[in-house]
Amino acid sequence: MSDEALIVLDKVNKWFGPLHVLDDVNLTVAKGEVVVVIGPSGSGKSTLCRAINRLEPINDGTIIFDGKPLPAEGRPLARLRSEVGMVFQSFNLFAHKTILQNVMLGPLKVRKEKPAVVRERAMALLDRVGIGNQADKYPAQLSGGQQQRVAIARALAMQPKALLFDEPTSALDPEMVGEVLDVMTSLAKEGMTMVVVTHEMGFARHAANRVVFMADGQLVESAPPAEFFANPKSDRARDFLSKILTH
Amino acid sequence: MDVFSDPLNRDVYITGFLWILKLTLAGGAGALVLGVVLAAMRVSPIPVLRGFGTAWVNIFRNTPLTLIIFFCYFGLFSTLGFSVVDDIDLNNFWLGTIGLSVYTAAFVCEAIRSGINTVPAGQAEAARAVGMTFLQTLTIIVLPQAGRAVIAPLGSILIALCKNSTIVGTIGLMESSNAMKELINANGNAVVPIFLVFAGTFAIVLIPTGYAFGWLANRLAVKR
Repeated sequence: MSDEALIVLDKVNKWFGPLHVLDDVNLTVAKGEVVVVIGPSGSGKSTLCRAINRLEPINDGTIIFDGKPLPAEGRPLARLRSEVGMVFQSFNLFAHKTILQNVMLGPLKVRKEKPAVVRERAMALLDRVGIGNQADKYPAQLSGGQQQRVAIARALAMQPKALLFDEPTSALDPEMVGEVLDVMTSLAKEGMTMVVVTHEMGFARHAANRVVFMADGQLVESAPPAEFFANPKSDRARDFLSKILTH
Repeated sequence: MDVFSDPLNRDVYITGFLWILKLTLAGGAGALVLGVVLAAMRVSPIPVLRGFGTAWVNIFRNTPLTLIIFFCYFGLFSTLGFSVVDDIDLNNFWLGTIGLSVYTAAFVCEAIRSGINTVPAGQAEAARAVGMTFLQTLTIIVLPQAGRAVIAPLGSILIALCKNSTIVGTIGLMESSNAMKELINANGNAVVPIFLVFAGTFAIVLIPTGYAFGWLANRLAVKR
């Protein structure tokens, strides 16, 4: 993890109608940093994650990625998105394409890379996430955990500068959560810049450089995991932790 | 059935249905291409294109086909002097194809648009997240899935188009309904058999067509 900032959010505001989902959010993510965003449902953490690659446009404030402000719609935005991998709660693998095609599609169509090069990289990534032998199947033939690992491989195939995870394990059966978290942990160890919205406190403890706590659209607290879990400073964070850690 | 043992009458019958076949194929191809483009316009982020697509659908879906075919003949051809080829039959065929295409495209557009609604929003979101442009997202991810979802309704539209192509007879093309009228005029004693043969020909071709589309729809369905 370096001191150089990769993602900078400055006074970001967003409203859904009267609902203030992002309220003056400031957040800086350094290159190689792993930031885990936690908080109660409806606190705006998914919106925050989706705002970073402009899947949710913001109403006010600035977001800077790798030194440049987020472009508006069009090709520049598409180029930015190709540099920020995204992993969704519901996997969103392309249903009409095979696993291998899912991973190859971005580099082929967006980056116009050579098919032979892309295939080799895609197979290496699928092997890495443990799905190499299922490359010719369709998404619906795989379990949720397998699909999510393919989704991570698909994001990695673009060789992104950062990865965004929007509750990547929330739609999984409990026995499949571990396999996905293992892949994410190894990425974190290799120095990938990651913003992870999750309810997996174990992952936050052992893989995060920093935990960010959100409530009611505000970024309430930001601290290294050991410090945050041992001594939450705000009442809301204490209240939240007492609800999830007592069971 | 004596009517059809006469080679001249058989020729009228066969020529009539050959026109229907050609009109269906050419009109279907035109309507499919136009319909996909119109559907793309209707879901595009550009208001002018959306407006154009909506206007097209509302105008042509709500105008009787007979009027559209008449307009192609009396408006495009007679008044504006638009003609494709010198041969009058062939020119009427092309005028008919234009009319059938613009009319049927409105229905194809709406079928495909409803297919687009069956594709979960996450599919387009994932495509945008890997950096695809709007057009790439639409053509590589959304339309292929939408198309597979609407194969059965497209089959119904094709069947309707095939029967609708008899309306091109109103501008003089000797397609099946005109052929039937001619045979009935000349053979007043065999009205019912002639009618049954013509109607039966449509049924024999179109019933399997419907089943074939149903089978294709099942086979190509996207598993989720």
